[in-house]
Amino acid sequence: MRPTAGAKSLRASRLRLPRVPINDFTINVATVNGSGSASSNTIVAKTIFRMGVPITPKNLFPSNIAGLPTWFLMRVSEKGYQCRSGRHDVTVAMNAATAVDDIADLAPGGVLFIDESIPAAKSIERTDIAVHLVPFAKIAKEYAPDVRLRKLLANMVYVGVLTEMLGFDHDTVMSVVAEQFSGKEKVVKLNQDVVNAGIAHAREHCDASSVEFKIEARNLTQGKMFIEGNTAAAIGCLMGGCTFCGWYPITPSSSLCEDFISLAKKHRIDAGTGKQNFAAVQAEDELASLGLVLGAGWAGARSMTATAGPGISLMAEFAGFGYYAEIPGVVFDVQRVGPSTGMPTRTQQGDLSLCVNLSHGDTGHIVLIPAGPEELYEISAQAFDIAEKYQTPVFVLTDLDMGMNNWMSDRFEYPKGGFDRGKVLTAEQLKKVEDYGRYKDEDGDGIPYRTLPGTHHPKAPYFTRGSGHDEYAGYTEKSPAYIKVIDRIARKIAGSVVDLPKPVIGGDESAEIGIIHYGSTMYAVEEARDILAENGVKTRDMRVRSVPLHDEVVEFVNSCNVVYVAEQNRDGQLADLIRLKTPGSAGKIKKALYYAGMPMAAAPVVDAIMADVKEPAHV
Amino acid sequence: MSDTTNVAGLEKKDYAGLKSTLCIGCGHDQITREIIAAAFESGVDPYNVVKTSGIGCSSKTPAYFIGNGYGINSVHGRMPSIATGANMANKNLITIGVSGDGDTASIGMGQFCHAMRRNTNMVYIVENNGVYGLTKGQFSATSDKGAKKKGGELNDYADIDLCALALELGCGFIARSFSGDMKQMTTLIRAAMNHDGFALIDCISPCVTFNNLKDSTKGFDWLRENNVQLHEVGFVPEYEAEKVEQRAGETVTVPMPHGGFITLTALDDEKHDPTDPAAARRVLERSRLDEGHVFTGLVYYDRESQALDRTLNLADEPLCGMNEDQLRMSEADFGTLVDSFC
Repeated sequence: MRPTAGAKSLRASRLRLPRVPINDFTINVATVNGSGSASSNTIVAKTIFRMGVPITPKNLFPSNIAGLPTWFLMRVSEKGYQCRSGRHDVTVAMNAATAVDDIADLAPGGVLFIDESIPAAKSIERTDIAVHLVPFAKIAKEYAPDVRLRKLLANMVYVGVLTEMLGFDHDTVMSVVAEQFSGKEKVVKLNQDVVNAGIAHAREHCDASSVEFKIEARNLTQGKMFIEGNTAAAIGCLMGGCTFCGWYPITPSSSLCEDFISLAKKHRIDAGTGKQNFAAVQAEDELASLGLVLGAGWAGARSMTATAGPGISLMAEFAGFGYYAEIPGVVFDVQRVGPSTGMPTRTQQGDLSLCVNLSHGDTGHIVLIPAGPEELYEISAQAFDIAEKYQTPVFVLTDLDMGMNNWMSDRFEYPKGGFDRGKVLTAEQLKKVEDYGRYKDEDGDGIPYRTLPGTHHPKAPYFTRGSGHDEYAGYTEKSPAYIKVIDRIARKIAGSVVDLPKPVIGGDESAEIGIIHYGSTMYAVEEARDILAENGVKTRDMRVRSVPLHDEVVEFVNSCNVVYVAEQNRDGQLADLIRLKTPGSAGKIKKALYYAGMPMAAAPVVDAIMADVKEPAHV
Repeated sequence: MSDTTNVAGLEKKDYAGLKSTLCIGCGHDQITREIIAAAFESGVDPYNVVKTSGIGCSSKTPAYFIGNGYGINSVHGRMPSIATGANMANKNLITIGVSGDGDTASIGMGQFCHAMRRNTNMVYIVENNGVYGLTKGQFSATSDKGAKKKGGELNDYADIDLCALALELGCGFIARSFSGDMKQMTTLIRAAMNHDGFALIDCISPCVTFNNLKDSTKGFDWLRENNVQLHEVGFVPEYEAEKVEQRAGETVTVPMPHGGFITLTALDDEKHDPTDPAAARRVLERSRLDEGHVFTGLVYYDRESQALDRTLNLADEPLCGMNEDQLRMSEADFGTLVDSFC
């Protein structure tokens, strides 16, 4: 395979699991942004999902409204692997601009469906792939004289071709099409007709025996959800009692707030008055977003914002204010490729260090790192309890791959138990308090008691400030008073560990090689461990779900001969945090990194470990 | 209500704050006294007051008034977002924001504009002295072009007129005043607290240390000499509505949406109608061209103003007090939602 350009290039690993053509391959649909392929892509993905076969789609889109190339990768995996496979087995080439690369990227033995009008289709030299020229546009033309509509329908032709060639269940395809355009009968009929035309064409003109890849119905997705990470987080916010959202649009986080707002407009309307039990304000920038969130949190509302790296950078000053003035709030960072504007529509885990120590001076924030929709839902809801209990901004780290793609997930469970609103004193309770100080450590856990504006008791009011303050919230420039508060906050945050999601440990207990990872890297590690096992390398793994780190991380490092920290950034940000926590073992912590912006595949982890297995790691 | 208590049965001292640490004679301390007087006269419940500010001399003052209110001294230029968030969490609170010309017209220009655009329900007082005090005397964005620093250095840049900007952005309550005019300021603050939306009071408040020069338009001497009132502005709260009747004649009465009235008594033949945006524009233009005077009073008032909480159709009960029973959908609805993703 010759090297291809930029973000599209695939990293070839030397090792893979053996390929089986049934329910284990990747479809790549190459189209032009704005050509309306989202509907057809969704229909294919949902059809396979409804046939009971696990599928993970990844939308690789440009920072552009229309005209630039876009790819939709659908990994079908009976074993349930959800990371990018790093291999294209079936390609639908609809974009002339990328066709040469798309053809080159096909794995040997692959199948190509290419629009016959694309120039590159006429001079395909590869003999190790099966090529099918399809008149996508021509077939669509028979159903739509209008050029714009014809473009959309050409995508439906490919749905039909794949249905026939890969063996989709016809009734399932038709019902998914109906669902996609539900409420618009004429549109449903038209699209179903075009899908059928695609089927008819394939039946007549494409040699079925040239395609070994097939979908066979299973029942592996029954009862499972198929949901985007951002939507899962939004549901978490809703069920976690968030009443205020202050936000500024930025890829890839916008849909988290938009989904929260549309869900709230449905489920948070007072039945009697029709009024809103929530407020959402689109801010002028991310500085204001966090200001809004902290203002609302200070006055007692559960509040959140969602942004990406550039927004986090802008929030730095307010993050320090929230930390020092001890104000709750939840900040989602749906990470994308940095630094600076970076690659706004590509994925990375580059903001961990930034979030942990956001703002000037000494900070150290609570950072939660869910992986998978179910955890995004649960931990997002939990984030509000943690923020209020510890009276501090809490960061929830996710990423573009996790947030903007659909994932298979277990059903979300209805929350058990009520909200933990933390130590909030009412006027009634204050009557019994002799000496109230907003920033006093009454209980020895570093967590002070707060009062909310509007509390009617002379002891309740206090003055919140980001300037030096004593235990009674009074302005101070006195060293001992300053130290007392700032040291207590450090104790408070360190103590929060007991309430933070614990690391998840898996794998072979006798293995000497450990892999530590977090967030969406989980999916790559899952497959990497199987590939390694297949090659005789036993591993176990620990998925970190929060910072400050639990002591379990230290125990895990101590119990391994060598530990690879797998993450999606250049510098190994979690690896460095772990080295700080385990200075004596720092030498045995290695980095398995991938930061090129594509959803992570298993290969970088496999390669990093195998390189050392062949030349044993120095421990 | 006796001679020394207000409609809420409180005394003026119940609205006091900590002792000021500003320079003796500072205009800002006059405004602090005016806020206390206004809250006292209107019988505001101190526990329901939220005092917000940014950074600078002006932003220190919320500690000096209404000690039983809840203060939040945020970061430089970002007070409007904090105030808006707090207002969303509990719309029943009265928000008084205090800012300065640096905090508003420079570092906080963006948030100032957008709070007006959204119409956050708050009083926003700019303690405008044309100079950075805490950092020792640099020009601010409201200093007049050609203004002189203590050392003789001249300001090269034109000033920003915050009232004109507010008018442009659709702010529904725009006033200009002078910290030394206790009566006018107190009345304006009372009316502003009764307004539904963002109420701007651009109050010229001399800096006695860095900008109280003889020929400074932000100095005490010049202001006392050249401050021209647009009208005598009055405020009649709802509970004293009968007093409006007694003010017939030269006085124009403007009803406010939540009850209460603004009264305007002409002081000369040029009657300014603050409900007319064109008239407001003319007054500001006149102020700009007439270098010898500053016109004070209620520049503009929009009777149709609707604060953000009404725009968003917020529930009657404050969001901050809502519990899981109010905020979580039923288990059945949740099941339906989950099913829609299967």
